[in-house]
Amino acid sequence: MLADKDRIFLNLYGAHDWRLAAAKQRGAWNATKDMIDCGRDWIIAQVKESGLRGRGGAGFPTGLKWTFMPKEVKERPHYLVVNADESEPGTCKDRDMLRHDPHLLIEGCLIASFAMQAHTAYIYIRGEYVREREILEQAIQEAYAAKLIGKNNLHGWDFDLHVSHGAGAYICGEETALLESLEGKKGQPRLKPPFPANSGLYGCPTTVNNVESIAVVPTILRRGAKWFAGIGRANNTGTKVFCVSGHVNKPCNVEEAMSIPLKELIETHCGGVRGGWGNLKAVIPGGSSVRLIPAHEAETALMDFDSLSALKSGLGTAAVIVMDQSTDLVRAIARISYFYKHESCGQCTPCREGTGWMWRVLERMARGEADHSEIDLLLDVASQVEGHTICALGDAAAWPVQGLIRHFRHEIEQRIDRYRAAKGVHQVRMVAAE
Amino acid sequence: MSKIMIDGVEIDVPPDYTLLQACEAAGAEIPRFCYHERLSIAGNCRMCLVEVKGAPKPVASCAQQVKDQRPAKDDALPMVFTSSPMVKKARNGVMEFLLINHPLDCPICDQGGECDLQDQAMAYGRGGSRFDENKRAVEDKDMGPLVKTVMTRCIQCTRCVRFITEVAGVPEIGATGRGEDMEITTYLEAALSSELSANVIDLCPVGALTSKPYAFNARPWELKKTESVDVMDALGSAIRIDARGEEVLRVLPRLNEEINEEWISDKTRYAEDGLKRQRLDRPYVRVNGKLRAATWDEALGAAARALSGDANKIGALAGDLACAESMKATLDLFRALGSPNTDCNWDGAKFPAERAGYVFNSTIAGVDEADAILLVGTNPRIEAPILNARIRKAWLRNNARIGVVGPRAALTYAYDYIGAGPQSLRDLGAFARALGDAKKPLVVIGAAVFARSDAGAVLHALGALTLKRNGWNGFNVLHTSAARVGGLDLGFTPGAGGADARVMLAGGVDTLLALGVDEVDLPARGTVIYLGTHGDRGAHRADIILPGAAYTEKCATWVNTEGRVQYGERAVFPKGEAKEDWTILRALSARLGKTLPYDDLTALRAKMIADHPTFGRLDYAPGAAAGDARLGATGEFNAAPFASPVTDFYLTNPIARASMTMAACARAAAERASAKVAAE
Repeated sequence: MLADKDRIFLNLYGAHDWRLAAAKQRGAWNATKDMIDCGRDWIIAQVKESGLRGRGGAGFPTGLKWTFMPKEVKERPHYLVVNADESEPGTCKDRDMLRHDPHLLIEGCLIASFAMQAHTAYIYIRGEYVREREILEQAIQEAYAAKLIGKNNLHGWDFDLHVSHGAGAYICGEETALLESLEGKKGQPRLKPPFPANSGLYGCPTTVNNVESIAVVPTILRRGAKWFAGIGRANNTGTKVFCVSGHVNKPCNVEEAMSIPLKELIETHCGGVRGGWGNLKAVIPGGSSVRLIPAHEAETALMDFDSLSALKSGLGTAAVIVMDQSTDLVRAIARISYFYKHESCGQCTPCREGTGWMWRVLERMARGEADHSEIDLLLDVASQVEGHTICALGDAAAWPVQGLIRHFRHEIEQRIDRYRAAKGVHQVRMVAAE
Repeated sequence: MSKIMIDGVEIDVPPDYTLLQACEAAGAEIPRFCYHERLSIAGNCRMCLVEVKGAPKPVASCAQQVKDQRPAKDDALPMVFTSSPMVKKARNGVMEFLLINHPLDCPICDQGGECDLQDQAMAYGRGGSRFDENKRAVEDKDMGPLVKTVMTRCIQCTRCVRFITEVAGVPEIGATGRGEDMEITTYLEAALSSELSANVIDLCPVGALTSKPYAFNARPWELKKTESVDVMDALGSAIRIDARGEEVLRVLPRLNEEINEEWISDKTRYAEDGLKRQRLDRPYVRVNGKLRAATWDEALGAAARALSGDANKIGALAGDLACAESMKATLDLFRALGSPNTDCNWDGAKFPAERAGYVFNSTIAGVDEADAILLVGTNPRIEAPILNARIRKAWLRNNARIGVVGPRAALTYAYDYIGAGPQSLRDLGAFARALGDAKKPLVVIGAAVFARSDAGAVLHALGALTLKRNGWNGFNVLHTSAARVGGLDLGFTPGAGGADARVMLAGGVDTLLALGVDEVDLPARGTVIYLGTHGDRGAHRADIILPGAAYTEKCATWVNTEGRVQYGERAVFPKGEAKEDWTILRALSARLGKTLPYDDLTALRAKMIADHPTFGRLDYAPGAAAGDARLGATGEFNAAPFASPVTDFYLTNPIARASMTMAACARAAAERASAKVAAE
């Protein structure tokens, strides 16, 4: 269990004031100038050494990502874009950072921008986060007024920070769709390459980072990379804010050490599974897009990138969705499938057509109105979507379906059999002459 | 050059090739829907997926370049596989996704037989359907009189969106909605306003956008295809005429990188139904003030009588659709009769005598390279839409700066507006420097400028600009008439002491032979012999009508605005009793006792080449090799602003005016121009 002294987000629950004065008392903006004076190479080296992996879901090493930016600023300016379009179902970590600890993020933006030689950064905030945006904007005004950022600020690095408000599309959380949206266009992912570090916002070198990835950077620098790297397991270091929801007694956001056992996380911070651990059926460990894991795997799973991917799931955004025995899993996955069908941007074929197909089959399966052979069909359709699309939304739509069939195929089969028994039919669906 | 292994074969290609191009170069066929050579890359259909060694997922080959590929660890070349099991499964899956919501209405779909989806489903699809849900239905959109929509068939490849936005420069098509509810539509379902709009029909890989006028007319395999040349403007776009029996059913573009790439204007494509209406299909002679059907014998006899008077009192004018052969025969006949009164400049234009003074010296393809373009007295968007698309391309890709002296119009690109009349040529301001500094400066002068009284002064002012560079002459005349350059090359201008068009049209001759002159009123006095195809303005005035062949009905030579000589081919025979124009003139010459020295087309062309060597070199635009021209003389400018000779793009010649489709387009354009826009 993470010691209180090792917490980064000291106001995660909003118990204290978010304003500048209070944030400074908690340590924000402390020694920022000294860190900047150490130079960008030192900053990037520290972030690399800390082992920080991107907190937005993919887990790409943050320091390494920063090194992809051009070494020198040529005719095109560099940009930092912070992805605050937190829309993954089950995830609400960035929200608490934005509304309760905005100054950590603003400070992180300054440091990261300095490290990548960007004089301008944008925070793209989710359309539904209205109050959060208001607080963030006020915090930015405070920082400007205190000359912490802006032209000729105390830190000697001219820096402007802008907030852009999304319109509520999940796809705009994909980094290149976010850039399109930021440019005022329809939010549709771009083809890669070119990658944003080469040609991003307005065709200029751009790095897109998650809120949490940026907000933890000042504290890492203040306390040293070794401190951060000492928490968690190798390759999965540091602290992480977990969002636990679903059938637990006390759903919560909690900052914990990476690699904490899932069971410990639920038992310690969430008051355990509703009706006791034995009542657990399955867990979606990283937001709706990762494959679920059944109770027996949840028993030993560690909450980190490598352990969960070994279970063919993923840490994703660390949004843990707990489902007890009362859960109709087929129904639940059908609902998730509807979400992806609804949020697909429609640009590329497999996602546009496949998400709707999967959802419709799952809807029938949830009623039992299907054929046994359609389970394999569904799996095949999912595999035809996965890996064939421009962005990862196709994968995100396919994985929950694959997870369901992998672990709970028997449940779908029982559902179909029950439906048939009730209807007294063997062949449910009419097959037209072809 | 970069080396890459495609299906185990090493190939050397330019590094900026896409994988798709590299695979094609290696002889591997890559299916595609959204990819198009002339449009930006969307990468959205996912049909072109290939396997790249080392990549965990299949890669869209249209969207990655050869130089993006990293070599394998042991320094081996990047390896691409186009028919591995992974690729086959990927294509199969994408094909299935494309088909699940595509209606099974091929039997009633006009795209049938030339449908990419059909062809590729045969090659890469699975045998049966596994999709048991209901198919999606999408409401059809109204895109105007040319483009018919069946949007349920749409596969959202966005080729139409990209064409209209990028090439046509009129961003009127877009996609609304998202996911499976994404629909292609025009803004507020307005009709397309681009003169190039119907190219989206060719681009659409399925039957979502089909041809409205051609709907349910024919299947592609029923049609006889003839490769020919367009005459609706002076560019001479390459076209294919599709005919069934004696009826031209449609006109499609043909690839010609030098002129039209693979686009054609809506008029080129759809004036074709004008070939069936208002046709002159038999000779007529005016008796007691009324036109009466006559036999060829009567009509030729009457014409011969009218032409056998005083040679100084007969004259000939050529209109916009006269082919070089008919002009050559007319010219030879009139000179044999001793008449110097011939003119192809019915509008009174006076062009410099040297060829470089009346052709498009930079060539049409050269526009792509221009970096400063001055338009003088022309609106290329309606005079030559294909050229306008080229100018837009130079503006987009080459950052060309464009200046306009003349009508202020929506040209699909930004320009510096310098002035309306010739006075502004005295001081081009900053634009003069832009032209001077340009590596490839270009001036486009509308043909109508040459019909002005101050044409000499205008040319003199333009001649002061330095438009020559090594191998580059940026002085260009943009004609609007398909016949004009041919006529000038043939010397179809007044001979020594001869009357010009102004004199002849004012009644200066007793007998006037008009080769399809329909854009101007023919003189009320004297006898008018009209040789043409349509019952238009010229035929209404005529005393003797000799029915000729339209451009689809004869083998004819056309010279475009670049001075490029091209042969048009016959797709169908002339209507009724009508004959090919030069044969009529040959018959007339025999009646007049001045038999022309050619009995067939080969002999006529041989004579034409012998007299005018430029006709001997086919499909060749001389460009800067045309040499120099003396440009005008000092004089006073006249105060009138420049005006484009084209007032209604859709109604510029008798064929277009007889076309119902063009009439519908003209009406739609007029409504659009007068429509009140609601507050939004």
